[in-house]
Amino acid sequence: MADATLLSQIKDFSNRADPYPLYARLRQTPVSRQLDVGQGDESSGDEARGVWVAASHDAVMRLQNDPRLSVETQPPTKRPPTGNPVTDYLVNPVKNRITDSHQPFLFRDPPAHDLLRVATVHQFTPARVQAMRARSERLVDELLDRKMGSHEIDVVADLAYPLPVAVICELFGVPEGDEASFHDWSSQLATAVEPGVVVSEETRIENARTFDAISDYLADLVAEKRRQPRDDLLSGLANHATPDGYRMGDLDLISTAILILVAGHETAVNLIGNAWLTLMRHPDELERLRAEPGRAPRVVEEVMRYDPPVQLVSRKTLSAIDIAGTTIPEGEAVVLMLAAGNRDPAAFPDPDRFDPDRVGTRHLGFGGGLHYCVGAPLGRFEAEAALTALARRLKAPRLIEDPPPYRRPATLRGPERLRVAVERIL
Amino acid sequence: MGHGQPSRALVIGAGLAALRGAEAMRDAGFSGALTIVGAEPYRPYDRPPLSKHVLTGEIAPDATTVPSSLGEDVDWHLGSPAVSLDRADRLVHLADGTALTYDRLLIATGTRARPWPNPHEGRLAGVYTLRGRDDAIALRKALTSSPQRVLVIGGGLIGCEVASACRQLSLPVTLVQPGPAPLARVLGRYIGAIVGAMHEARGVDLRLGAEVEWLEQANGRLVRAHLVDGTAIEADIALLALGAMRNTEWLDGSGLSFDAGGVDCDADGYVLDVDGRPDTAIAAAGDVARFPHPLYGGRRIAVEHWGHAVAQGVHAGRLLAGDKPERCYAALPAFWSGQAGVTLKSVGLTAGADAMTIAQGDPATGRFLAVYGREGRCIAAVSVDCGRWLPAYAERIAAAEPFPPEETVIDRAGSPAILAPGFS
Amino acid sequence: MSSPAPQPSLRVSVDLNLCQAYAQCCYAAPQHFRIEGHEALFYDPAPAARDRADIERAQIACPVQAIRVEDKSHEGA
Repeated sequence: MADATLLSQIKDFSNRADPYPLYARLRQTPVSRQLDVGQGDESSGDEARGVWVAASHDAVMRLQNDPRLSVETQPPTKRPPTGNPVTDYLVNPVKNRITDSHQPFLFRDPPAHDLLRVATVHQFTPARVQAMRARSERLVDELLDRKMGSHEIDVVADLAYPLPVAVICELFGVPEGDEASFHDWSSQLATAVEPGVVVSEETRIENARTFDAISDYLADLVAEKRRQPRDDLLSGLANHATPDGYRMGDLDLISTAILILVAGHETAVNLIGNAWLTLMRHPDELERLRAEPGRAPRVVEEVMRYDPPVQLVSRKTLSAIDIAGTTIPEGEAVVLMLAAGNRDPAAFPDPDRFDPDRVGTRHLGFGGGLHYCVGAPLGRFEAEAALTALARRLKAPRLIEDPPPYRRPATLRGPERLRVAVERIL
Repeated sequence: MGHGQPSRALVIGAGLAALRGAEAMRDAGFSGALTIVGAEPYRPYDRPPLSKHVLTGEIAPDATTVPSSLGEDVDWHLGSPAVSLDRADRLVHLADGTALTYDRLLIATGTRARPWPNPHEGRLAGVYTLRGRDDAIALRKALTSSPQRVLVIGGGLIGCEVASACRQLSLPVTLVQPGPAPLARVLGRYIGAIVGAMHEARGVDLRLGAEVEWLEQANGRLVRAHLVDGTAIEADIALLALGAMRNTEWLDGSGLSFDAGGVDCDADGYVLDVDGRPDTAIAAAGDVARFPHPLYGGRRIAVEHWGHAVAQGVHAGRLLAGDKPERCYAALPAFWSGQAGVTLKSVGLTAGADAMTIAQGDPATGRFLAVYGREGRCIAAVSVDCGRWLPAYAERIAAAEPFPPEETVIDRAGSPAILAPGFS
Repeated sequence: MSSPAPQPSLRVSVDLNLCQAYAQCCYAAPQHFRIEGHEALFYDPAPAARDRADIERAQIACPVQAIRVEDKSHEGA
């Protein structure tokens, strides 16, 4: 069955650099059932039943606004065995249950989702985001200053990677001395969020340890923010109720903070990486951005369409859904291929062309419906800051590897390294 | 003229439908002379803020001029309404004596506020209606002159929005509504009562099933209103929110088919003459156009909503420019309203609904979406601070899917009971 | 210098049927867009032309593309 291999090919690491021809084939059937080799827990039976994949713009748009789909698809938490019976039989089962009942809102349906998300958004104010915009611009310059005198820069390691963590630390009000730990935890957790990536027992234990370490750290930080509130997001979440009178408990607060860290970091790294790669491949657009920095918002929004950092999201049907000439039965896993919908010729003329001057673009890059990316405004500002500074300060940039090596995940897709040779860094 | 290139287009009306119609003609390649005639002295402006943020002073009345893609190649003839249409000579006569010729005509004369039955009382100082920019300026001025109480007569969308704005200004306000709940005609008693309770919680004095019999004056100023039940309400300001009347009188003698309910159009959007024949030189759009809606079995309806003015204006403009749209106009009626601290949004038409269910959210939380059914089909949906789900239900309504929707969904409190929507 | 001419303003309108309160405009141009309550968008229909960049950012970022802007400030008042 040809379909059986399409999703597997997309997940196949050898196709990571350019999955778009595969997406085009996928779109030929707007909603298809695909056997998904290598995703999910084997015992869940997903492999045999397959998953449903929506690939056209219209189908993705409809499904992400459809109340018959749930995001509560996460398998129950299983902390790996440690060999210590007290931990394995007493402590971890309790911790697992707690983790499951305090999943972050990305994996929750209403009403829990709405309470948590509204509380978060209430503190994620335009004023705070605007402050982070100015902060991003300064951070980018500081990071590039460190590379002055060098003739090569890795845009991922030297800029895209450190920038979002620094911004999130600032947003949370993490004491400066602790920022380094945040960097380490974030990179470790990133490997844990990709569904279906087979990891070694060792890595699983390491991931669980990281999760517990960051939880412990955040518990202390939240307690500190309650004792001594400052003007930062965590203090706001810890001390202020929403207009409806809801205030997060500590466990929800910690899980929300971890969500912001992981979702806000990995996505921004990929956005900046994908964006700079795209500009290097479109030198005329890079030149225009250099001449006219005010184009940055258009460039970033078009990257969100053309090569978005999150390529797909997962859902589950609560009822059968008739769509695009087929019926997805109840209880099925559904993948919304955001990146495929973004290249749908029915929604975007000449979809494979990178064109920041498109108008009326309703792209899927930030998702949509209830789960539209909370951090989108921050991501946009970070990427704008990075791209304008790179365009301004890199003299005669040239890609050293094209395509660059990619990170493993198919979902959160972006370059692992993005080495650029430069005449100099201004 | 027949199939020749049109060279002279005339748009009667200068509201949103007129503007979008004129733009659509240009976009479709019409390059001849284009004249827009407006009764008011203003370029097209947005009306929704007039009953909301203009009254609260957050938006200046003259800031509501709407964005337009029209260039300088338009002749604006503002401040004088059309008074007659002579189709034989293709002439429109204006109140100021001007006569304008056309070979393509767009009728978009909209509506005006329904006046108080007693004209003398309706002219008292302190008595207002709200339709145009000047009305809003006058009412805003009255609201800022420390009135002792505002009386809103009529509990439709405008009445409710104005009552809401008054509370935002901390003014005492009484809303008199003959029906059993505010918005009952549009949303039914059930949802109307929920919204009514929201208004009461914000301090609106709601008088339901009540009717104003006459307005008492002293020295030419309103001082109180007497209700049919014998009680009286002391108020120095009254807003008459009695609904709208369509501006069709100027079509007298034109040979077109029209009445107080609008001018009749065919499925394409061309106006019909008294014998039911389309006049392909003339289209109508917006509040004034009564057209057969395919979703309602071809029944002719006129829709007084912002989105309809835009969509039908564009449709009619293209039609007149010779770029006849492939499909006849069938956009789902939709509106929004900001009042009582919430956003109401609606798609479809509730007329004739015989059942209703709360499909999303929970009225107890103030966030919910209700779906209306008629003879086992979904015909309309109304959301209260629950707008994200509306597109999903708009699809069901457009496809006339079975009511009630039998399915498991997220964001619903309990199993959905079938309720009586409460239309009398 | 004589007193400056009044700032020519832009014209903005938002299709509030389309608007789903994603609030992206409120982050892009906080001085001209805000959400009241849960999902009521309040916007300034006539922002000053000097804020053109932020208004354009809001327009580009709108997930449902509900924002329409007219900018005739280049042509002089």
